[in-house]
Amino acid sequence: MGRFHRHDGPEGHGHSHDHDHDHHHGVGDLSGYATADDRVEVLERIFGENERVGALNRADLDLAGAIAVNMMSSPGAGKTSLLAASLQWLTERHHVGVIEGDIETALDAERLAGLGAVVELINTGQGFGGECHLDAPMVRRALTRLPLAELDLVIVENVGNLVCPAEFDVGAHARVMVYSVTEGEEKPLKYPVMFRCADLVLVNKVDLLPHLDVDLAEFYKNLARVNPGVDTIETSARTGQGVAAFCAWVSARVPAGAIRR
Amino acid sequence: MHELSLCGAIAEIVTRRAGDRRVQVVHLQIGQLRQVVPDALTFCWTMLTEDTDLDGSTLDVDRVAAVLTCRTCGTRSDLPDPPAFACVGCGGLDVAIEAGEEFAVTALDLIPV
Repeated sequence: MGRFHRHDGPEGHGHSHDHDHDHHHGVGDLSGYATADDRVEVLERIFGENERVGALNRADLDLAGAIAVNMMSSPGAGKTSLLAASLQWLTERHHVGVIEGDIETALDAERLAGLGAVVELINTGQGFGGECHLDAPMVRRALTRLPLAELDLVIVENVGNLVCPAEFDVGAHARVMVYSVTEGEEKPLKYPVMFRCADLVLVNKVDLLPHLDVDLAEFYKNLARVNPGVDTIETSARTGQGVAAFCAWVSARVPAGAIRR
Repeated sequence: MHELSLCGAIAEIVTRRAGDRRVQVVHLQIGQLRQVVPDALTFCWTMLTEDTDLDGSTLDVDRVAAVLTCRTCGTRSDLPDPPAFACVGCGGLDVAIEAGEEFAVTALDLIPV
């Protein structure tokens, strides 16, 4: 979508037009009307720049014959453990890159090292409190450090957070949300934006179900309220349950010609 | 807590659109489905704009309620609380979000020269 802006001429005739091009309008654009009035109509989307860079990321991946999967969850839901459990299956069939987002430390990146994927770490900790999500420019910088031409699958492990990552398109082709059964049945209702944006919801840590009072049917009912028909797979990184099914779901999204053994 | 980076994006838009004029009020439209806390946004704006050309400018937030439209029967409805993305008319699940995802700078009030 192009930037949309509106301005009224001195005669008061309103007109609007759509721009399909993507360049930034310089301040020179304002000469016609800003000085005539003390109000400037803008109507510019705040995520516009992030979405522009996200689209560039997706285009670069497409050109390389690769897809990116954005994995999101609350802290501790098991993204890294699931990834570690999945990498053997995935790297036997694909050339995998992992972009690991963490506010601080290289701990998760170290856990994933040596499992057959190229791992690139993004620490978001610079600045005030650390960023709570990955945005498209951060992922773009990490993509340039990955040997993209040699990869067909890039997994972006986002910062653990159920709010902010859902707002930022990083240029991925699919969004996978990891929910763990210890988090309670009502999470989809409390974080509808996150659950609604997912293409796949992994219901993780199901090996713990015998020890919990969680009502999984209630969780699925709540999930259906915010994202009816979304794919779900029950998983346990500990027992391996559902891991192959998750890998197959991801693998099915990689362009067929790109699969290399 | 991504309000600080959002303020950075807002400041970029405002600075570019205001040119060499000083800004008094930045008008924003924020949909109900955007997970932005207006108070946190205002706090971050004050912090981020301090000692810049935007120092002293304020944010005016227009919250937009979420509205769903059923693609099957055409019924329009507000998003219920707790949320459910289904048609209140026919129960269909194929609903479009007609409003509630807005997140835009809509206008700037400039300080008269």
